[in-house]
Parts: sequence; structure tokens; C-alpha cells
Amino acid sequence: MLEKLDEIRSNAIDELSNLQSLNELEDWRIRYLGKKSTLTQILRGLAALPLEQRKAVGASANEVKALLEAALGQKRAALKEEELARSIERGRIDVTLPGRPLALGRLHPTTQMVREICDIFISMGFQVIEGPEVEWDYYNFEALNIPPDHPARDMFSTFWIDTESGERPMLLRTHTSPMQIRVMERTRPPVRVVVPGKVYRYEATDATHESMFYQIEGLAVDENITLADLKGTLYEFAKRLFGAERRVRFRCDYFPFVEPGVEMAIDCFVCGGSGCRLCGNTGWIEILGAGMVHPDVLRRVNYDPDVYTGFAFGLGVERIPMLRYGIEDIRLFYSNDLRFLRQF
Amino acid sequence: MKASLKWLREYVNITLPLQELAQKLTMSGTEVAGIDTIGGWDNIVVGEVVAIEPHPNAERLQLATVDLGTQRFTSVCGAPNLEMGQKVAFAKIGSQLIDPESGELVKLKRAKIRGIASEGMICSERELGISDRHEGIMVLPSDAPLGVPLDEYLGDTILDLDITPNRPDCLSIIGIAWEVAALTGKSVRFPEVSYDETGEPIERKASVEIADADLCPRYCASLVTDVKMAPSPPWMEQRLLACGMRPINNIVDVTNYVMLEYGQPLHAFDYQKLAQNRIIVRRAQDGEMLTTLDGVKRALTSEMLVIADGEGAVAIAGVMGGTESEVTEDTTSVLIESANFNPVSLRRTSMALRLRSEASLRFEKGISPELPLLALRRATQLMAALSGGKIAKGIIDIYPGKTEPKPISLTTRQVRRILGVDLGLDQMVKVLSSLGFQCQRVSPEELSVIVPYWRTDVRLSDDLVEEIARIIGYDELPTTLPSGSLPRYEPNPMRALRQRVCEILAGCGMQEVITYSLTSLAIMRKVVPDSQLFPLRVANPITTEQEYLRTTLRPGLLQALSSNEKHEEGSIRLFEVGKVYLPREGDLPEERHMLAGVLSGPRLDRSWHGEGEALDFFDAKGVLEVLFERLGVAISFEPAEDETLSPARRAKIVVGGEEVGVLGELHPRVAEDFDISSRSVYLFEIDLERLLPAALEPHKYRPIPRFPVTLRDIALVVDVAIPSKRVQDIIEGFPLVARVTLFDVYIGEQVPREKKSLAFRIHYQSPTRTLTDEEVKQAQEEILERLHRELGATLRA
Repeated sequence: MLEKLDEIRSNAIDELSNLQSLNELEDWRIRYLGKKSTLTQILRGLAALPLEQRKAVGASANEVKALLEAALGQKRAALKEEELARSIERGRIDVTLPGRPLALGRLHPTTQMVREICDIFISMGFQVIEGPEVEWDYYNFEALNIPPDHPARDMFSTFWIDTESGERPMLLRTHTSPMQIRVMERTRPPVRVVVPGKVYRYEATDATHESMFYQIEGLAVDENITLADLKGTLYEFAKRLFGAERRVRFRCDYFPFVEPGVEMAIDCFVCGGSGCRLCGNTGWIEILGAGMVHPDVLRRVNYDPDVYTGFAFGLGVERIPMLRYGIEDIRLFYSNDLRFLRQF
Repeated sequence: MKASLKWLREYVNITLPLQELAQKLTMSGTEVAGIDTIGGWDNIVVGEVVAIEPHPNAERLQLATVDLGTQRFTSVCGAPNLEMGQKVAFAKIGSQLIDPESGELVKLKRAKIRGIASEGMICSERELGISDRHEGIMVLPSDAPLGVPLDEYLGDTILDLDITPNRPDCLSIIGIAWEVAALTGKSVRFPEVSYDETGEPIERKASVEIADADLCPRYCASLVTDVKMAPSPPWMEQRLLACGMRPINNIVDVTNYVMLEYGQPLHAFDYQKLAQNRIIVRRAQDGEMLTTLDGVKRALTSEMLVIADGEGAVAIAGVMGGTESEVTEDTTSVLIESANFNPVSLRRTSMALRLRSEASLRFEKGISPELPLLALRRATQLMAALSGGKIAKGIIDIYPGKTEPKPISLTTRQVRRILGVDLGLDQMVKVLSSLGFQCQRVSPEELSVIVPYWRTDVRLSDDLVEEIARIIGYDELPTTLPSGSLPRYEPNPMRALRQRVCEILAGCGMQEVITYSLTSLAIMRKVVPDSQLFPLRVANPITTEQEYLRTTLRPGLLQALSSNEKHEEGSIRLFEVGKVYLPREGDLPEERHMLAGVLSGPRLDRSWHGEGEALDFFDAKGVLEVLFERLGVAISFEPAEDETLSPARRAKIVVGGEEVGVLGELHPRVAEDFDISSRSVYLFEIDLERLLPAALEPHKYRPIPRFPVTLRDIALVVDVAIPSKRVQDIIEGFPLVARVTLFDVYIGEQVPREKKSLAFRIHYQSPTRTLTDEEVKQAQEEILERLHRELGATLRA
């Protein structure tokens, strides 16, 4: 009987190692561990054996059964693993094939730039306001110390609006600065605003000139605003927009509605200041014009210049993505070619 | 303004390296836009012609021996103007010269000319790159130093300066010298002016009368007789050329030279041609004619100031002289004008005539009435010296506009308030004095400052503060952040709405575009009926394509679609959020924020996954449904009237009973007008101002339902003409119905003609309890009964 058990064990283990599938494994189980299997019958017949033999055969039979069951478990797990691996392999794909196309939308590069710039100033306590693009001569020029026949009008080639009476000259604003006046007319200090918007110039267009472009105006007026604050605010702005490693330069410039007048430049990020085509061999790239609000401008809006001081600045928006991405023609912005717009 | 460094050095010592000087000028407001070098000559020196012999083999050539001080060379020379004793520019072997034929730089080699070795060359101006002259050799002044490199003697550096409109004083060498002096701690020297007046008293020879003193604060004149017209000496011609002016003759050149030197424009009249030897400064008569020096005959108006003689206008004051009194080769006596004119009137005149000159550019910026006399004396001296003329005794000086300079008070507090830094009086005085301001201490905190006459731009204490700041250098001043309190927050809901709209639409796969606000009437006509088209017009358009302010966003988008179609294979989905400009009587136009979009092409771009079908009405509608869902605004679509859109496929968008926009398929006729080839283009336009109130309404959270949903599907047969929305609205009106989804629309053989089948899934749900089958069944029966009664709907068999 014991030899019989030995034989069962060795046959079963031998066969098991050759099995390929879960179905064969099930057949094997029925054959060796099923109700009708020799092993089961031996176990069932134990009671009929003499006590001495019963003990030895019983122990051996149970041992074989446990061994076969353990082997069955292991084999089942191994086969399942193989099965899974095969089924995964059947699902292999070429991962280099392109994905399913989605319609992709983007914001216009100017919109993106306006937001980026406004966000910087918002974080410094400025509010974003907007104003009219069609303006009175008064706001665009006169209130900004540029009366009719002032030579500084040469700096702003103007589109005039055809009005029937023609009494009060109407124009397309040439800069966002008229909003300095409008804001101060309707609020009292402290003032801290940025004003993005379209402006227009009566100019033949070329790679660096557009008849319509965007500017962002800034204005801060309060009791203790100084040129040092102007420098600090614009320095912070320049570092955030262009990177902490850029050098920033402030020089004297002239705009009729500020005194002192300021121009801010950053060192050229192509040549690093040694001079190249981008910076016109100066090593510096002009970014914006600024200055302390002229006392005559303050007086005009009933702000007492002995109590209040302020700074103002204005920058062209398209110039910044042009510098950042190396765009050489400003006309690309508003001709709306998707091959251009898709790159931002 | 081009400034010769050599000329500048006559008035101020320059010790700084050029780049540092340029840097200082730029930082203080006088931007150096470029630096040009004149010269760069190597191996070319000043020599003297000491012997001339004929060339043995050529009749037209000569052998010239040139003494360079320590060496002598013999060269073959063909110039007709070669003379003994001339000082010349002598190029040694190995020097670089410009080939007069090709204009290219070539190296001078040892050569035999007709058998005789030439040891160098006597140069013409063209060969040196000084001017185009090549008729003969360049003859240097007799005091030119022998043996000195020509570069040292004639070379120069030209600063190209961008002068801002407030600084007419810097349109002069002396003005720039003041800047250089202040920036480098040097002082300014003025030209020495003295001369003998050997002629008759000028009062006996000429008279000046200012009829319109409001336009002419000052008029000075002097007279030089017995002049000999000739070209100016080389030094003057070179300076004029270096500063960008063309030499003409020794009279005109002097007026230009002194203008460059002092910034005061002058004019030379041929004295003999001034009728009655009179000068009258007066307004022109309407229709008075004058031919100006540029040869153009001009009609004048009574708003223009002219210089007239006893008979009529001879010059437009401060703008340009007339041909009749022009100095010519035959001129023997010159009346020199040096005057001051009202800048506003002068600018108006020059704009009206479209005539701008070096003189008008200076006058219109407002130059000092103190200048004319100084400049006139300088010009008189130079003109007499250069032309050998006799100076009449005295100067006519009529000065009705004389004013005394008013001192400006400047306190340390003002400096601190504006610059944010404490500066001592000493430092303020030092800077201001270096620029020619006269400072007097009133107290330890206050200065009284007299502005120098040439600084017409300085009027207020703030102007003085700028002077101090720019000379110290803005970069030297402190840098701080504003410390005051923040202003009261003012929300900008329209901007917030626009930003959200842009983000949502971009998220829906649409590309934002920005198109021109100016367009043409013809383009707008394609989408707006004439009865509604009254756009604002630009009075001075550059092109007819950009002549009118748009009253709709549609044309810009359709043009963008049309131009992109030519190179795009896939779908095109564009939107713009921008303003339209609606005229208002007697006021600025209303600038209304609008949204518009266009979609065309395949739903999905072609790929290995296959190709999508063409986009249709419901793709565009789906985008808008997402937009309004995200904005939290309930909308409905109703049949619309809109000529731009196809009558069979257009809808208005209604919010709270008000129309806010329109959606539909572009009318094929309009598509053709815009040269759009796609058959199916969908367009929407939404008035954001009308949408804003609904978008601002506060949003409320609804609790997640706790009780289960019971689903029931029904298929209904109704007349084809009944909008599905009417059916859905009725179902949704029942209290236990939580949601209704239309999941199938069928028209065809399975239903009778003129009928359609609509299949809905109804979600029954109560917020307070679990519904029983009986309750749902009863509700469903009530719904069917009502649909049958109101719409004749039956259950599909």
C-alpha cells in the first residue's frame, strides 16, 4: 500500500510539471485528488485496515495528499500568471502611433502677454481698469500737456475721426495715457491702476510699425510716491517678466506729461550687453517710458501737487513677445494666420 | 543732431574715453544713437609740394616732389590744380584709398606710371572718402602742420544724437557742450567774437519794422558789404558735412554753421534785392504768393508770418527764404537776419505748407529770444572773414518781447518728495551751476535759481529736480517700493467675464484671434444691411481697407477664416472677444464688448483614427451650451431673423426673455462674398453687455439627491414641425421629473409621413422619498396624456 502511495506521488508530480493549461490542471486534480482518485479511495478505505497498518498508511496518504494539494496550488498560480502574461501580450500596441486628435484652442499671444503683465502688477496692488479707444483730443493730448501745435505731437501720428460738427476733435487714442486723466478725474488718491488696451497710430506699417497695437499704462498717485518708488516698482516688474538675471537701467527721457521723465531698458538677452543686431549695438533694449506725473497734469484733475505725487509708465505689449520669441514682424499679430497663432 | 567731436572740443575739454562719454550722454537724456568715424586714414600725412617737373613721357602728367618734414617723395600727378607750395594729403605706399571708379577700398602699391616710379600719391577728396570731389587734388589750408598724420589733422568722430523735442538748445554744438561739461565736471568756453565795423552805420542803409510783435519777439540784423562769393574754406565745409549739411557758398554756409554752433537759425538776404532796403515783419495777406528756396510757389494766408521788403514777402518767417532775395554768385552785400518767432504760429505755418526746415524744426520748439544777437555777431564776424566783406556799423536789434527771467524757488523738501532722497544744498548748487543755472541760497533749505537763457524748457521746480536727477544719474538714486495704503478695490466684472469667456472657448478647442478695429465700408456691407450701417469714419485713413470703425465683429472673423482656409487642412475654429464702436450723437461712440466665433471643416482632423464628418450646427451649438453652462446662465434657442445666416439654420440665443446673440450657418451668398470655399460655416455673435447681468447672478449649491432615480424610456410620435424643445419642456415641467434626455430622433419609414419619433429617457426622482413603481407609472401616464392633448403626441408602437 505504501508503495502504491509512493507511485501515486511520483506519477502525479511528474505529470504536473508537464501540464500547460488550467484545463489540464483540472483533469490532473480530478485524477489525483478527485473523489474517484486512488488517493481518495485509499483514504476512504483506511478504516478497513488493521490498526497498525492504518496508522502508517494514513499518515503517508495524508502526507501525499497535502503535498499534491500544495503542488496544485503552486501550479495553478503559475499557470494563471502565464495566462495573464499571454493575454497582455496579445494586446500589445505600437505606442509610437499618434494619439487621437483633439481640437486645440489657445489665447492670442497678445492676450496672454497682457494677462502676464497685468498679473505682475496686480500682485503689487494695482487694479486693472479700461477705457475708451475713441477719445477726445483733450484727454489724449491737451490734458497731458500737449496743446495743439506742440512739437511733441510729432511723437504721436494720429487718426482723426470725421465728426460732422468738427468742433470738438475726436481721435483714436495714440496711447493709453488718456486714462491717467480719466482715472484721476473720477477717484481720489491713493490711485494704483494698470490700463491695458488697443492704441492706434497713423503710420505706414512695416516689420516694426503697426497702425493698431496694445499698450499697458500704469499710474500710482499718493502722498509719498517718489522716483525711487517708480524705480523699485518697475525694477520688480522687469525682474519678474524677464528673469532675475537681467540688468535694468533707468535713463532720462522726455514725455510732456511727466517730470522727471524716465526710460527703462534691460540688458540685451541675445548679446548680454556687448552689442548685437537686436539691441542696435547698444547692449540695451528699451522696454518702457515712465516718469513722475507732471504737476500741471495733477492740477488739471484737482490733485494738489504740493500734497500728492505720482508715477506713470506705459509700455508696448507686442514688443515683449517679439523679443522673447524672436518674432521679427509685428504685422503677424493681427493678420491672424493660424500657423503663427498656433505657436503660442 | 550730428555733433562733431572735434568741434565740441573747441568749447569743452573732453578727457573721458568716447564710450564713457556716450554712456553719460545717453543716461542723462541725450541719447547717442550712433558713433561714426571720419578718417581712419593710415599712412596718409600732410605734405607740401616743393617741386614740380614735367613728366618726360606724358604731356598731361607732372612729377611732384612732396616734403613731409623729414622725408621727401616724388609722385606722378595728373591733377590740373597742382601748384607749388600747396599743402596736400600725401598717401604713402601701403595706404588704403578709395578707388574713384569702383568706390572700393584698395591698397596703394609701388608702381611705374609711363616709365617713372611714383613713390606715393597726392589725394583727391573722393579718394579719401571725404566728399565726391575728384576734379583735382584736395588742397589743405596753408597752416596745415607738415608731416602730421591726416587722421590727426582731419579725422573726426561724429556723435549721432537723438534730441528730445523739449531740448532745442541741444540742437547746437554749444548746447551739447554744456551737457558734456556738466556730466564730466568741466566748464564751457564760448567762441570769441570781435570784429571791426568799417562800413557806414546800418541805420542809414536798412530799416527793420515789426508789425506783428505777438509773432516776432525779436529781430536783429547786420549788414556785410563788398563780399566776394566763393566756396567756404575746407575746415568749414568739413564741419558742415560732418554734421549732415551740404556746403553751398561762404555766405549760406556761415548761416548754417552758426545755426549748428548756437542753435539759432539765421537767414542771409541779398541786400540789393530788398526793395527799399526795408524789412517788415508782418502777417501775410491772404493769397499772397512766394516762391521758396526749394522752388515751390506757395500761396500764403493771413495766419502766416512773413518777412517782407518794400514790395512784398521775401521769406516765410523762420521756415524758408524766397528765391527772389536769395544770395547768388552775383551778390555783393548781405543782410543777415537773426530773429525769434512765435513757435506755435510758426509750427502751424510749416504744417499748413508741409514745409519743414532745419530752421523751423528749431523755432517750433521754442528757442530763446536772447540768442539772436549772440548768433548774429558770430555770423557777422565769420561772414566778413570768409568773404572779405565790410561790416556796417552797428546792429539793428528790435526786441519787443523782452522779459526778465523769474527766479524759481527750489527746496530740499521738493527734491526729497520727488526723488525720495535727501540731497544737500551744496550738491544741488553744484549740479545746477554746472549746467549754467545761477543759484542763490535763500535759507539752509531753499535755493533761488535763475534759469540760463538757452534753457527754455525749464520753468518749474520739478524741472530743476529733473536736472539734478539726470546729471547725478537715475541709477545712482535709491530704489524702493510704494509704502502707502492700497486703493479701495473696484471690481471690473466685464473684464472678468471676457476673461472667462476666452478661457472656456479656448478650452472648447477654439483659437482666439484679434482683428483690426478699422475696416472698410465695403466689407461691413457684406454682413450689415445698409439701413443699419452708420459707422464712424476716420478722417485721414491710410488705406480704404482701414477707414471705418467696425460695428460688428463678423467681417474680421470671416476674413480670418477665408485667409486661413487657403493653407489649413483641418478644422478652423476661431473666436474674438472685442469691441464694436457704435456712434452716438455729439459724444464719443459706445464701445460695446462683443463675442463672435466661426467654425468650419471636419469635426476631427484626419488621422490614422479616421476622418471626422464635417462640423455642423450642433457642434457650434454644443460649444455655446458649454459656454453658458460654465457661466451659469440658462439659455434657450429660438428661430431668428438674420440676413447673414441661412434661413433654415439659424437661431437666436435668449437669456431671461432677452435676445443676447445669434447662431447659425453662414448664408452661402455671404460665404461667397468673403471668398470662403467651405460649404458649412457656423457663426455666432453674442453681445456681452447684455449677457453680463445674468452672468453676475449669484450661484447656489444644490444638495446631492439622497433618494434613488427611476428611469423610464418613451418613444413619442409627433408632427415633424413640432420643436423637440416643446416636448421636452412639457415633460420637464412635471414635479417628479428630475432630468430628461433626448436620445433618439427618427424620421422615416417606421413612422407615418410628416411625423417624427422622439425618444426620451426620463429620470424620476423625489428629494424626500424613494418613489414607488405605482407613483412613477401614474406620473408617466399623466405626462403622456398631456403630451397627447397639447401636441397630439402618441406612443410609438
